[in-house]
Amino acid sequence: MRMRTALAASLLVLVAGCASESPAATPDGPVTIKFQSLAWQKESIAANKELVAEWNKANPKIQVEYIQGSWDNVNDQLVTSFEAGDPPDVIHDDSPALSGFANRGYLMDIKDKIPAELKSDIPQPAWDTVTFGDGKGAQGVYGVPFLQESQVTIANKKLLEAADVRIPTPDSPWTWDEFAEISKKLTKGDTYGVAWPMKSPVNKVLNLSLNFGGTFFQTDAAGKTTVKVGTEEREVLQRVHDQLYKDKSADPSALGMGSADPLPGFYAGKYAMLPAGVYLRQQVVEQAPDGFEWVTIPPLKGVSSEQGAVSQTLSVAADSKYPEQSLKFISFFLNGSNQVKLAKGDWLLPTSVKAAADPAMTVEENGWNVATASVKNLVVAPFLKVNGFDEWKSKVATPTLQQYFANKITIDDVAKKLVDEGNQVLERYNQ
Amino acid sequence: MGKALRYLALACYIVFLAFPLVWLLSTALKTPQELASLHPTWIPRAPTLTNFTDAFGEQDLVGSGMRSLVVAVASSVLTVILAMPAAYALARYRSLVNRIAIGWVLVSQVFPFILIIIPLFMVLRRLDLVNTLPGLTVVHVTFTLPFALWMLQGYVRAVPRELEEAAAVDGAGRIRSLVSVVAPLLAPGVVATLLFAFISSWNEFLFALIVLKDPDVATLPLTLVKFTGAEGVVRLGPLAAASLLATIPSLLFFAVIQRRLKSGLMAGAVKG
Repeated sequence: MRMRTALAASLLVLVAGCASESPAATPDGPVTIKFQSLAWQKESIAANKELVAEWNKANPKIQVEYIQGSWDNVNDQLVTSFEAGDPPDVIHDDSPALSGFANRGYLMDIKDKIPAELKSDIPQPAWDTVTFGDGKGAQGVYGVPFLQESQVTIANKKLLEAADVRIPTPDSPWTWDEFAEISKKLTKGDTYGVAWPMKSPVNKVLNLSLNFGGTFFQTDAAGKTTVKVGTEEREVLQRVHDQLYKDKSADPSALGMGSADPLPGFYAGKYAMLPAGVYLRQQVVEQAPDGFEWVTIPPLKGVSSEQGAVSQTLSVAADSKYPEQSLKFISFFLNGSNQVKLAKGDWLLPTSVKAAADPAMTVEENGWNVATASVKNLVVAPFLKVNGFDEWKSKVATPTLQQYFANKITIDDVAKKLVDEGNQVLERYNQ
Repeated sequence: MGKALRYLALACYIVFLAFPLVWLLSTALKTPQELASLHPTWIPRAPTLTNFTDAFGEQDLVGSGMRSLVVAVASSVLTVILAMPAAYALARYRSLVNRIAIGWVLVSQVFPFILIIIPLFMVLRRLDLVNTLPGLTVVHVTFTLPFALWMLQGYVRAVPRELEEAAAVDGAGRIRSLVSVVAPLLAPGVVATLLFAFISSWNEFLFALIVLKDPDVATLPLTLVKFTGAEGVVRLGPLAAASLLATIPSLLFFAVIQRRLKSGLMAGAVKG
């Protein structure tokens, strides 16, 4: 991570002004636009390629070249592409990455260029995830949001039935209190009620804290942002900690795991429930042993079930020679029926209202109905708009939360560290 | 008893060395269910080639493998060609300049490679070598050259100066002496250096990521990483299958030159 940060910082000062010139398109002549996709699952890659082929067949004058990127290194790779003046025309990424790119002028503001049909098919909360400052005081829209992720809980159905607990529905979700009680009830013998994989705890905690109105940041009238850890922000932290060390209904050995790492233990009955992103259902379908029965539990409810939203996005590079053609392609690629294919391929939730209403997205099989219904809980996470969030996250919040969940510091220590050290970080960005 | 223990120790060592490769093969042949088992097995219960077909079907493994091979061979050969005369000069002539040069070679290894990306990238841009295999080759040569130079000058030092003097007495000029006497004795060192440069280039990821942006020129490490998804989730089966295939050229290269390397190491041992 440190290397990546150094690389990104270095490349920012790298080659200003050494962009290469490409021949401009003739007005009516055929053009080829480059589309870099980050699809990585088999079905998702197939869906992407199928849609590109369909477009190319119908649009001989605007051909799309499909380029396979990788989530693992996309932002390093894009920074070099932007600085070298040779980025893909259409860029797949996620909304948290867009803020920095927009601020540096790498992406085109498409606020006034989005076709009306596409704009109206995607609700405003999703558009809010791609609306950022342009670094010059104005706000712009720097991508089209199309896939979103919510946090649900994947549970072992047989263990839930054996414990005779209520199976919640999107209209009647578990509260955090119920979740804690049920976790205790499911903790028997070698089985823990829940596994909390907290290798990267920050986004998970901050997104879930919105259940209790916890925002972690506050911005005053002068536009100065500071860290806030009050009662609301402490709720989720304390509750997870209690499960680990007070109720002993969560397995402490899962703390160091990444999102998918507890799955083998989950299949083996070591944990009854696994809080996870909706996409993890795909892994369960692919990997679970024959006869393993599972259910998708809707987002938990605190004061509300609100969660921080992160969108996958398609953007147009500011340096693109073919912005109009790129937007035409994006409009096709992200129309309602195509978003259904993309969402099914990635096991995520479409932003398109039409797509979300498609029967394929609301079937009970594999928890699609629960997953799709959870879209209504997604709101823009305040931290995504905070300048300096990435540094706060990596230098302050991640090590602090890891220490807390490892039971090495108290929640008061957490609050003090997040605020004191965090504000020192943000101070530089506030200037 | 002593012999048996030696064989046992050797067998243990071989098992230790072979473990990653055997585990990679085993992983590549397992189904997703077996890969997700809490109790891993050595031998796949239901071996499948699906991971291989998926890996080949989704990514251009052959094309990127060929490009990696071209870059690795070109880098290793160029590295040795450039390092040989410099290594000879460093080993044979003792002067302040040489001592400074050797010191600089060592110091250059202290700097993180990330520092040379900026000047390299700018130079490559000027030369229109970004997004090209020759550009990546230049980069690989640049970062393997110092260590290759250091390796080779050690081998040159191991060749007795008296042999060259004897050749001179027999009437051989400097070039003839170098070609007929020194070069054959340096062969093991050259092979070892080639091997080092080849493997460094074959496995290199960071520079390739920066220099090669166009997927049509991606090398194998850039292709392998595409089996990694968001939040560190990995498609382990296809990745293992692709990684297994990625080890084959290195193994073949080793197999082809290992005899010369082995004889060279023994020759060095006798001299020592």
